[in-house]
Amino acid sequence: MRFARRYSDLILEIAATAALLAGAWVYLAGDRGYAWVSVPEMLGAFKDAWLFDRFSSDVVPSLSRLALGFGVAVLLGIAVGVALGMSRVIRMLALPVVSFLRAVPAVALLPLSIVLFGIDSAQKVAVIAFVCSWPIVLNTADGVASLDSTMLMTARSYRLSRLELIRYVIAPGIVPRVFTGMRVSISLAVLLLVTSEMVAATSGIGFFVWQAQLTFSIADMWAGIILLGLLGYTLNGAFLLLEKRFCRWNTEMKGNRS
Amino acid sequence: MTSTRPPLLAIRDLAKRYGDDVRSVEAIRGVDFDIREDEFVSIVGPSGCGKTTLLKCMAGLLEPTSGTVQFRGRVVHSTPAELAVVFQDYSRSLFPWMSVHDNVLLPLRKRRDLAGKALLVQRALDAVGLSAFSAHFPWQLSGGMQQRVAIARALAYQPKVLLMDEPFASVDAQTRSELEDLVLSLRAEFGITVVLVTHDIDESVYMGDRVVVLSKPPTTVQESLIVDLPRERDQIRTKELPEFARLRGQVYRAIKHGERTLLSAASTSPEEQRPERALQSPERTPW
Amino acid sequence: MRTPTRPGQEPTAIASAAGRPQRMTAVGTTNRGRAGAAAPGQITTRPVRRDPLGSPLAPVVLGSLGCVLALTIWELASQLGAVPSADVPPPSTVLPTLAEELAGERFWVSIGHTLTQWAAGFGLSIVVAVPVGLLLGSNEATWRAFRPLVEFFRTVPGNALIPLAILLWGLSLQSVVFLTVFGCGWSLIVQTMYGVHDVEQEARNTAAAFRLSRLERVRWVILPSALPYIVTGLRIASSTALIIAVSAEILIGVPGIGQDIALTRTGGQVDRMYALILASGVVGIVIDVVFSRFERHFLRWHESQRRWAEK
Repeated sequence: MRFARRYSDLILEIAATAALLAGAWVYLAGDRGYAWVSVPEMLGAFKDAWLFDRFSSDVVPSLSRLALGFGVAVLLGIAVGVALGMSRVIRMLALPVVSFLRAVPAVALLPLSIVLFGIDSAQKVAVIAFVCSWPIVLNTADGVASLDSTMLMTARSYRLSRLELIRYVIAPGIVPRVFTGMRVSISLAVLLLVTSEMVAATSGIGFFVWQAQLTFSIADMWAGIILLGLLGYTLNGAFLLLEKRFCRWNTEMKGNRS
Repeated sequence: MTSTRPPLLAIRDLAKRYGDDVRSVEAIRGVDFDIREDEFVSIVGPSGCGKTTLLKCMAGLLEPTSGTVQFRGRVVHSTPAELAVVFQDYSRSLFPWMSVHDNVLLPLRKRRDLAGKALLVQRALDAVGLSAFSAHFPWQLSGGMQQRVAIARALAYQPKVLLMDEPFASVDAQTRSELEDLVLSLRAEFGITVVLVTHDIDESVYMGDRVVVLSKPPTTVQESLIVDLPRERDQIRTKELPEFARLRGQVYRAIKHGERTLLSAASTSPEEQRPERALQSPERTPW
Repeated sequence: MRTPTRPGQEPTAIASAAGRPQRMTAVGTTNRGRAGAAAPGQITTRPVRRDPLGSPLAPVVLGSLGCVLALTIWELASQLGAVPSADVPPPSTVLPTLAEELAGERFWVSIGHTLTQWAAGFGLSIVVAVPVGLLLGSNEATWRAFRPLVEFFRTVPGNALIPLAILLWGLSLQSVVFLTVFGCGWSLIVQTMYGVHDVEQEARNTAAAFRLSRLERVRWVILPSALPYIVTGLRIASSTALIIAVSAEILIGVPGIGQDIALTRTGGQVDRMYALILASGVVGIVIDVVFSRFERHFLRWHESQRRWAEK
């Protein structure tokens, strides 16, 4: 009975997705205007562009900008977040400034970043690093500040040194919150990457899509859009998996409690 | 049983006040008593009487407003190395990201002797009967088992003094009896001095060699009773003794009746060197 | 595939810095309950004296001090040449420029455009996404069938479709609205779906116990329990919508603060660029604060509901 149920779940999931794809295929097979091409054409353009013609000229720069920018954001974000979390005074000092910086709509900083860094990879890395560190800062700080006081008191009662405290209590304790921050940041990072490559760039997936639209290579445009969708989805999924792996104690503990 | 050695833990005129001068809460006003080596002292009192505050001061986790806590004659500012604490809320004192084994091992991190550490952890888990669960995580265990892990952790630490803050308050009655006997057997086997804070009167008499009764805030020592029961305690036999009933009645009355406590000469042992502040100034116990 | 944003997660400000009662941190800072007097059982690690950090004024004073400090560092860095002052003008030139802008009419017209676009897109997203989410989450079959699809579309970066919007609607409000609906709608649908779905089991039991009709069940059990999820989704979507609106202004050229910022670059008006960025930050904060308050209001109520329901 159970097997039949899970089987039917799978059927439903596949059926809905398949129905949508089939519907899109059929719909786009006809002439739907200059903004659309048929699905086979989209897939063909996808294959031509990304496997592997323009892979190194566009995908690699995009991914490396993303990786670098996000990496810096994570390191900086955790460092600043821990500092804020450990000191109430610093938290209160920094709160308005950090909240403000976080509230600025990220893309509004793009023109400024071009002034400061030009239109090459450095600019994109800088923007992503700056914008994406704030969610991590805030979540990490919150994580540190709300570490269980009984747990900290226990550590004190056993005379754990500062280093031991950080290594065995604080660091593992804040991992779930850090991951929350990283999840928020990664989607912001992808958004920023795409937008910055459309605004001003000489390479990248976003640049490719923008150029394709300018030159009316509609199939290429769609190939790029599809790739961006896949990129967003894969990254999100990857982070979820990582989170599950590293925060198992948290999810299972919470699960136990309910 | 008069000991000529200085007390292991000496609480001198301890006072703790929370809050600033305008809106302050005087949790503890003046508490004096000693803990001697190998004693088992139960601290009991009405709810809200600052038992936990007192224990935290004794453990060096809380700085008193005035007065001192001395461990082996030296004033305590942080937890002494030979003292371990078991908290009431085990689910918040065990680290959920570590296995049971690693939780018990953590306080021993600083020590060099790897083989010795492993042995200590093993012995401790054996002593509490959880060696089969050493790879489990705390949240996979029941409440009673988690508290046993906390006890094992304290045990592996090899403390001279064990402070326990209402350790069995969050477990069911049956588990509580088992844990009480476990602590008593561990104390006998390992020769640990134990201070047990509890709100359970039966438990305080059953477990202790001496019961210190605290008053309502501002807390002082209401009474101190010697528990004149056989050293070997048994959940059924000991509790059937008439002396047990008498003692628990005395503790109960001491908690309930304030100044009208039956403080006969028989109930305070000649070994109590320090006069109880509460006796001198009745107004300190407002109720 | 993913867990939804539980109501109350992902704070946009450091909630624990001020206002909320805190617990001790490892460094041994003092803390207090709301009333100012610490309850027995809280810990301090220094002898208790009047704790200035506990007063309600502390966050305001320290916060203002922090702002002043930041502005001072900025001013000094720019004036002393630590950063090229051509690229990073000091606050002493930026702030007066901002004041000028605020006094003029052009600025407010731009803000009006941005907010109109934001509101139109965000509003339509809500109108479309919430009912769809309610529908899809309400029964098991649609939940299982459509959840993977919705989760996929949620992760597509909204701005990837800007070229498409340009082709379809060019320089117009429709473009922005379309982009916003696509950019925010999916996450709103997901949040709503989860909100409704999580409730279903309880709802069935409660409804059965009280013999409620389907409509009553929706009104009294499902909707109230799903509301916090939806409100959290609104808060998150509100800032995404703003980003998309500004992106559209920069890339498509629809009027608004984003376009103004883009133009200051080509026009070489660096002071004005900074001023406008600051202004956009204020817009962002206002939107954020409004929706956070909204969310917290529903959360507090939700917590008490949950506790009651769990009994």
